[in-house]
Amino acid sequence: MGEETNAIEARGLVKRFGKTTALAGVDLTARAGTVLGLLGPNGAGKTTAVRILATLLRPDGGEARVCGYDVGRDAHQVRQLIGLTGQYASVDEGLSGTNNLIMIGRLLGMSRAGARARAAGLLARFELTEAAGRPAKTYSGGMRRRLDLAASLVGQPRVLYLDEPTTGLDPHSRNEVWALIRQLVADGTTVLLTTQYLEEADQLAHDIAVIDRGKVIATGSPDELKARTGRQVLEVCPADRADLGVVAALLGQRTESAPAVSDESGRVTVQVSDGRLLPELVREFDDRGIELAEFALRKASLDEVFLALTGHRAENPRDNEPAEATGRRKLSRSAR
Amino acid sequence: MTTFVPARRLGPVTGLRNSFTLAWRSVLKLRTNPEDLFGLLLQPIMYLVLFTYVFGGSIAGGTHQYLQFSLPGIMVLSVVFATLGTGMMLSQDVATGVFDRFRALPIARWAPLAGAIGGDMVRYLISVAVTLGFGMILGFRVQTSPLAAAMGCLLLLVFALAMCWFSAMVGMLVKSAQGVQLWGFLLMFPLVFGSNILTESAKMPGWLQAFVKVNPVTYLTEAGRALLTGGPAATPVTRSLLWALAIFVVFAPLAVRAYLRRT
Repeated sequence: MGEETNAIEARGLVKRFGKTTALAGVDLTARAGTVLGLLGPNGAGKTTAVRILATLLRPDGGEARVCGYDVGRDAHQVRQLIGLTGQYASVDEGLSGTNNLIMIGRLLGMSRAGARARAAGLLARFELTEAAGRPAKTYSGGMRRRLDLAASLVGQPRVLYLDEPTTGLDPHSRNEVWALIRQLVADGTTVLLTTQYLEEADQLAHDIAVIDRGKVIATGSPDELKARTGRQVLEVCPADRADLGVVAALLGQRTESAPAVSDESGRVTVQVSDGRLLPELVREFDDRGIELAEFALRKASLDEVFLALTGHRAENPRDNEPAEATGRRKLSRSAR
Repeated sequence: MTTFVPARRLGPVTGLRNSFTLAWRSVLKLRTNPEDLFGLLLQPIMYLVLFTYVFGGSIAGGTHQYLQFSLPGIMVLSVVFATLGTGMMLSQDVATGVFDRFRALPIARWAPLAGAIGGDMVRYLISVAVTLGFGMILGFRVQTSPLAAAMGCLLLLVFALAMCWFSAMVGMLVKSAQGVQLWGFLLMFPLVFGSNILTESAKMPGWLQAFVKVNPVTYLTEAGRALLTGGPAATPVTRSLLWALAIFVVFAPLAVRAYLRRT
């Protein structure tokens, strides 16, 4: 296999469950040594795609290759190259952290001593040494997720599938997982990351495939996707909060779109499609004697991109979901 | 990066090695899960005490005579119910996603099933040993030879090895461990108690006698009695083995098929 081979290549994947079509012809490409973010709301087909690529499900149509090996015909080879961390941490709750990892090592053909050493090394790296001897059922959510990740790394996989690795984690644990993923990629691992969090894809992925209702509706780097909507966002923050209303009114007039006023941050944001407007605006503020603390043009966030692409909003999660507490935004269907 | 060329197929010994590792896991879980071990140890003791002292006086005219009669049957009962654990554990592994992890590993596809069942043989052995041991404390005496008694225990384990494929199949078809317990009990209760383990079948109604006569548990119990307390053993042992073989031949492929389909 040459260095140029894409680590993951899927063409026209179709999967149906009864009358539901989970995947309706999905193409995916992950360049070796990069992170491909598979971004989409719940039920978009992300997990189905991962399960096919991990040899756990047979597609009804299309084909997929991992490091050049077909996930159907060469499943045994593919399994030697991949690591899988599921959405629900699939560690054996009855076993200690150490024994969970030793078991995987032994299944991969390591010697007893080799498996033990690898387990100890991974537990240390994931800061689980103290809890190593305890059954996994006593672990916190974050610890369990780390153990799950460690379990998928025992065999030093070339391609790692992370199916919503931070769903339900608190911000601290999430940052830890992110740091681990970055480190793995720096070591040359290819990662397929599924996520409902725009921020996560923005932070980690080199390429993003936006998936919705079983179809890939956009692909590109985070920057390309943001640029694709052709819109930019202007943020204006007057030095004196009393001017907030005047600023908002003026921006509304000039850009012909509805500005969003945040009293909390004392900032007005508005979408602009024409950059030539900016000098004009600066002059006008100056003429009216409004002093500005901040005047910045930025690319649309992925949030805004997602709305433009799908026509439905990236909403706040429902109240009872743990992500709400962490203040993270999650994609969900607008029509429920 | 070095070019790693993955092996084309599994080596012939790998599947066995995988199963061994997974059997080790099952046994390890027994150690870290005190409730499970407790249940495994206490259930036979409970059966022995209850059946011996509740039924003993009225059925056999004395607890000692009754214990001599019922102990082989209680051994069968304990082991058959213990096979339910196999299905429950497999069902749990599917539900928690542990099987997904196994199946994404380059191991033999049948290893998770074989490993679970191999590990469970240790459970059955514990169950048989506790029943016999506690029975002897209560006054049961082996009236044949230690070798014959050992053969009786071995026969039980062989039968359990066949029965647990049935349990594995239920575990693969039913969605939750609780479901396995419910279905397992519903199917196994008539099998276990519609037999001669607790009393002779002579006073039962005709339709029940007909069922008792073909019930494998009956043959197994008769074989156990013959090997532990004496009597003609050849016929019931042969029939028990044939039944075990039949159960295995029917349910092992069904369980494997359900397993491949479910996962």
